[in-house]
Amino acid sequence: MSRSSVRDFVVGLFVLAGLGAVAYLSMNVGNFSFRKDGGLTVFAQFDEIGGLKARAPVVIAGVKVGQVDSIALDKDYRARITLSLDAALKLPVDTSASIVTAGLLGDRYISLQLGGDDKDLKPGDEIRFTESAVLLERLLGKFIYNTNSPTPKKE
Amino acid sequence: MITLVQDLGWAAIRFVDHLGKLAIFAAQIVRAALTRPARLRAFVNELFTLGVLSLVIVCVCGLAVGMVLGLQGYNTLVRFGAAQSLGAVVGLSLIRELGPVLTALLVTGRAGSATTAEIGTMVATEQLDGLRMMSINPVHLVVTPKTLAMIAVMPLLSALFILFGLGGGYFVGVTLMGLDGGTYVSSLQSAVDYYDDVVGSLLKALVFGILVGLIATYRGYTAKPTSAGVSAATTSTVVIGSVSVLIFDYFITALWGV
Repeated sequence: MSRSSVRDFVVGLFVLAGLGAVAYLSMNVGNFSFRKDGGLTVFAQFDEIGGLKARAPVVIAGVKVGQVDSIALDKDYRARITLSLDAALKLPVDTSASIVTAGLLGDRYISLQLGGDDKDLKPGDEIRFTESAVLLERLLGKFIYNTNSPTPKKE
Repeated sequence: MITLVQDLGWAAIRFVDHLGKLAIFAAQIVRAALTRPARLRAFVNELFTLGVLSLVIVCVCGLAVGMVLGLQGYNTLVRFGAAQSLGAVVGLSLIRELGPVLTALLVTGRAGSATTAEIGTMVATEQLDGLRMMSINPVHLVVTPKTLAMIAVMPLLSALFILFGLGGGYFVGVTLMGLDGGTYVSSLQSAVDYYDDVVGSLLKALVFGILVGLIATYRGYTAKPTSAGVSAATTSTVVIGSVSVLIFDYFITALWGV
């Protein structure tokens, strides 16, 4: 088959369109911006993480700034969470992390409250102040226990 | 009874025989792909016949599938008051599953069958034997560009299918059903992960491209040199190609979690 400039042009357009679709899916749909290596990676330890899952969002003031990379159990049997955050963030070292729930029974995510320290967290640092997840079942159990037992009946 | 067992045994032997020949054929293709001269001109021509000419059917089907997903998803989700997660439903099902699989099925029917028929006719009219007489390796000149083009084309077509599907879902959900456009897009973006979903989807399409490209060319290359043989080879490309795409889809999903 001989060279045909029209066909070659169409093939070129097709390849460009396909690569463009791949790029669009990666950039706009797939959140390519939160790269694992390029971000700020910090750790946090919790006594109880409830139903927190990997890839759960990390927010400051409700704005997503990163995600939960991995969840592991450390040697003291506490949950050790790896957070990968936006590299441009400057967080004071006394920033605290708490696990909260979207709605009453919704997904768990991590909310960061900024502290007032002059020094910033560096990659690989640990967030020292953490607040564990509140388990609705445990709360209900406590509530039922409290209303039943402590007041002795008068005779 | 004994003949039944014999038939089963014969079928198993033929299956293993075909698998072995397919592996040798694949090795020949790999070796031909690394041998000079690179058949760039033939490769570009195959990109045109396999890719560009499949573009219309892939885009139209993507749009239609996306619109159906949008409609079905909306009608189901609205019962639970969860219509705002329509974007996630449409996006995840298209990217993880429907995009690669349906594109592979469409391309098998549209381009795989044509590839088999073309090579099979070359076998039947002894054109490949003619090439061998001129000491030109037919695998190098005829087969390899087609296989490579199929592998290259599949992820591109799959990405376009997904993109049109997302557009179709957006059209139904936002334009027809009155969802908020920003809600659709943000639920899509928060549900889809780059590594787990998008890269997995492209890898899936790549595997399907290898599968369909190999089966289509192998079936044509080994077709019986009669008109009935060529037609049987074409049929079996579509049947075996489609079935193996679906079976491989299950195992890729189970093993890689895509």
